[in-house]
Amino acid sequence: MNREATLSIDTGTVERLMPLLRFADRTRRALQYPLLGIAGLFALWYWGGWAIANNEDTMAFASFAPGPTLAAFWDIVSSGAVWSPIESSLYRVGWGLGYAIAIGVPLGVMIGYFLTLKQVTHVPFQFLRMISPLAWMPIAVLAFATWDAAIIFLIAIAAVWPITYATAHGVQRIDPMWLKVGNNLGANPYHTLRYIVMPAIAQDVFAGIRLAVGVAWIVLVPAEYLGVTSGLGYAINDARDTLEYDKLAAFVLVIGIIGYMLDAICVRLIKRSSYHAEG
Amino acid sequence: MSKGFLEIENLSQRFPQPDSNDLLTVFEGVDVTIDKGEFVCLIGHSGCGKSTILNVLAGLATPTDGNVIMDNKEIKGPSLDQGVIFQNHSLLPWLTARDNVMFAVRARWPNWSKAKRREHAERYLHMVGLDDAMDRKPSQLSGGMRQRVGIARAFAIEPKLLLMDEPFGALDALTRGVIQEELLKIWSETHQTVFMITHDVDEAILLADRVLLMTNGPHAQVAESVKIDIPRPRTRATLHQEEAYYPIRNHLVDFLVEGAKVMSAKAQEAAARGDNPRHTPRIVNPARPEAEPEHSSQPGPRMVRAV
Ligand SMILES: Nc1ncnc2c1ncn2[C@@H]1O[C@H](COP(=O)(O)OP(=O)(O)O)[C@@H](O)[C@H]1O
Ligand SMILES: [Mg+2]
Repeated sequence: MNREATLSIDTGTVERLMPLLRFADRTRRALQYPLLGIAGLFALWYWGGWAIANNEDTMAFASFAPGPTLAAFWDIVSSGAVWSPIESSLYRVGWGLGYAIAIGVPLGVMIGYFLTLKQVTHVPFQFLRMISPLAWMPIAVLAFATWDAAIIFLIAIAAVWPITYATAHGVQRIDPMWLKVGNNLGANPYHTLRYIVMPAIAQDVFAGIRLAVGVAWIVLVPAEYLGVTSGLGYAINDARDTLEYDKLAAFVLVIGIIGYMLDAICVRLIKRSSYHAEG
Repeated sequence: MSKGFLEIENLSQRFPQPDSNDLLTVFEGVDVTIDKGEFVCLIGHSGCGKSTILNVLAGLATPTDGNVIMDNKEIKGPSLDQGVIFQNHSLLPWLTARDNVMFAVRARWPNWSKAKRREHAERYLHMVGLDDAMDRKPSQLSGGMRQRVGIARAFAIEPKLLLMDEPFGALDALTRGVIQEELLKIWSETHQTVFMITHDVDEAILLADRVLLMTNGPHAQVAESVKIDIPRPRTRATLHQEEAYYPIRNHLVDFLVEGAKVMSAKAQEAAARGDNPRHTPRIVNPARPEAEPEHSSQPGPRMVRAV
């Protein structure tokens, strides 16, 4: 009797817990491999820190190890010192990408649309594309009044190519049939652009922006090593000069995390705008 | 002559040829009248110019000569008065089935509320049996379902004239049969004026009030207008039990096997002589041969010498 009561309570509890358990199971399945990867990275880092600390030549850099780094990371986050460099860096990347999009998307649409333009621009664009953005640095510094503007220029010139070419690729994949449909529905050029061309190329444009964000984020840090007194690149350089290696590593961590988040945003945008053209 | 709903007048189309300075005359002198609410099929051999005629009716192409008048207005360009169903279902792949239809509905009635557009689109998707697939994107639909969305979209904008260019050509026989009946159903509910190209004789008999037969090109003509004297509603299963079915079918097949060639040769001779190519199709009712009207004795398409 007593036993039965216990049993029934148990099944009731289990039933009530079922959704929770199922959620936990789904979460575990979704996270197990990413967590494994993160754990692997930490293990490697830990081992590296241990190797540095146990080598007489490199002992001075022992605070690159996870322990001191995470402590410094907590320090800059809790003190709020991390936000100002992030803000400066995002400001530059934001404007740089903004210009790259404003130039790259229309340019890409035209290159994708007019074959002649594609042929005319091929050599000069590939030539320009292969020049490291940082090679423009001296020119940028001369050409622009402020360091901020120079860095934004460097980011824009690095980011414009992937956006341009991804957009052109998207335009070339537009099925003439879709335009015919629009035409038949009485679409004017604005409608065609807004409701057919733009959704048709959106996934390619976002894929280009994703590549561009990666390039921009990479170019940003070395660009901020020079001239400016703000931003994540400056923070790293500053930490090196003051021998605060734990803080330096903490900023490296911040750069990685923000880069990851920017990329994740792009992936979301790509997913949301993606479609499969039917065969 | 009384004006019909759709008047195709002395229509000719000539194209420049890549390897010669002469123009290629695809078809010429076509006179056809279509009544409001009529379902007309056009049959002819590949390359005779069927799609070219349809593109002119859609306003997507300009004829070399002649004109098309619908509801007392000349067709000069594409408009929402002419809805087109293309062969390869032309859905926008980033929109769901419902949104594809709503997209067209919005173009037609820009002032409608979203709820009204949605209700309208869903009504037509329901008519083609797609209640459960409205939220799916084209890539998640079978070929037959996509074509049904295309049909729902075309009917939903309630065009004055619905044009279809071999709409079921890419579908397997089983699916084609199902969709033909769905098309019949939606047409019987809306009574649109339909102009459809097909190469399937049975499809034409099932669907059409009238079948226009085209001779081979170049210098193709719309030689005959064959009445499909079979009562509605028609179903595929019972169609061949109709008395009129075999006479009609034989007539259409004979034309495609023999007549189209013979008449084409005559038309080309006439063109070489410089005769006026303008012609109206001979009216034929294979189900009641005795009831054939005046110029039934003439073997070929009737030539009109003076306009
Ligand atoms: N834009 C064009 N330029 C040149 N020739 C064309 C063009 N469109 C069609 N044709 C020619 O006109 C003829 C009829 O074509 P079409 O109307 O597509 O035939 P159908 O649909 O009856 O098979 C074909 O010989 C085709 O090559
Ligand atoms: Mg054709």
